[in-house]
Amino acid sequence: MRIFDPHIHMTSRTTDDYERMRDAGVRAVVEPAFWLGQPRTSPDTFADYFDSLLGWEPYRASQFGIRHHCTIALNPKEANDPRCRGVLDLLPRYLAKDGVVAVGEVGYDSMTPDEDEAFRAQLEAAKEFGLPALVHTPHRDKVAGTRRSLDVVKESGLPPEHVLIDHLNELTVEMVLESGCWLGFSVYPDTKMDERRMVALLQKYGTDRMVVNSAADWGRSDPLKTAKVGVAMLEAGFGEDDVDRVLWRNPVGFYAQSGRLELSEGEPDAEYAGNTVRRGG
Amino acid sequence: MPSDRILDEALDAAGRAWLADAEARCAADPDAVARLFPAARRACGRGTLPTGRPVAEAARIRLLLALPLRGEELGRAAFDLYRHGDTAERLAVLRGLDPLDHHRALGEAGLPIVRDALRTNDTRLIEAAAGPYAAARLDDDAYRQAVLKCVFVGVPVTSVAGLADRADGELARMAADHARERRAAGRDVPPDVERILRLAGEREF
Ligand SMILES: [Zn+2]
Repeated sequence: MRIFDPHIHMTSRTTDDYERMRDAGVRAVVEPAFWLGQPRTSPDTFADYFDSLLGWEPYRASQFGIRHHCTIALNPKEANDPRCRGVLDLLPRYLAKDGVVAVGEVGYDSMTPDEDEAFRAQLEAAKEFGLPALVHTPHRDKVAGTRRSLDVVKESGLPPEHVLIDHLNELTVEMVLESGCWLGFSVYPDTKMDERRMVALLQKYGTDRMVVNSAADWGRSDPLKTAKVGVAMLEAGFGEDDVDRVLWRNPVGFYAQSGRLELSEGEPDAEYAGNTVRRGG
Repeated sequence: MPSDRILDEALDAAGRAWLADAEARCAADPDAVARLFPAARRACGRGTLPTGRPVAEAARIRLLLALPLRGEELGRAAFDLYRHGDTAERLAVLRGLDPLDHHRALGEAGLPIVRDALRTNDTRLIEAAAGPYAAARLDDDAYRQAVLKCVFVGVPVTSVAGLADRADGELARMAADHARERRAAGRDVPPDVERILRLAGEREF
């Protein structure tokens, strides 16, 4: 089973997680820029964060033969803090980087006017840079938030196949299917989807444009959820090819639209084995 | 530049045209480099030169050399590119310091970049930082610390520039102490420690 986790916040995970992910079949990840639990108060700390997504994390991942790409954006929650608005001015510089395969996570948290403005501005940036967009849907008022996100995407003029709407569930899947956008499902203990419900959705709606991620982060989450969905699919009667489509070919198809995805059959980076990452600094 | 021809031969017509245009734009307006520097790999390809270094890295160094800046101003521009660069861009800046010093009077204005890279935990950056520019410009203390860090993180000291000239008694003492600490912990001593002791010995006596 080869696995591409299209949404995981490795910044918040340990190096042991990379090792376990590698053992479970994960060969590539995309780390979307998001919030870190503790709010940030200046564009400079975002610049350091973006640098880490383009420097330290790909390096750490490479020790375990995992390709690491990222998406860059001002997330909806912090878009509400006027001290962070300057992050939008940093974007042109970071969206030009080779390792950036989409603009994201953009979208809504509480559906405020500030979020609205940042969302629309960043969809424009996606068009300007020829990048796909990764859209986060809110945890609260999800159905209304997802519908409004789809409206904003439509107004932006971005082609729907360049947009992935994430954190979907049984109540939001159909409207996104109709929109032509890609569908992202986060299999995340307690608050989002679980393996069993995920398999049921795949049985009902098929595997076309369906993307599964762990969304693992600093919360109580599990970076191996993608692999567990693969196992649950096989147990439910899906074939190896269906699993490969959902866990590899679909996310690759979405992010490859950036023209920047670089995947090689990864082996742990022997040249650097035994270095500071594995040993700690 | 002696490497000009090697790079030109490695590029296709589109890559050569992009680079020529990008150099002209950097020469006309140093701010233009901020968007051109990250784009170089997509424009010039993912290939490598006969030297083993990426084509895009050589192209980025050409952009640095095209800037109409010298000395302190050049150092600030290079630091800005390094500071906002991904790893490949940072490596290009680090490997560009020596040519900038030789051809654009960089002087000591590139040292903040070297010091930053030596503080990281990324062996690629540490290795590139310990290049000929560091060998020429770092003071003795900083140079010794750089060599010791290479030993510590596993960057082979054969890739550290200037060691035969700069290994001294103090560096030998530091390397010997490091070896003692490894042995006390029951760990093996990296062969690079022996190499440093030998080079220091050849130089001192
Ligand atoms: Zn997320």
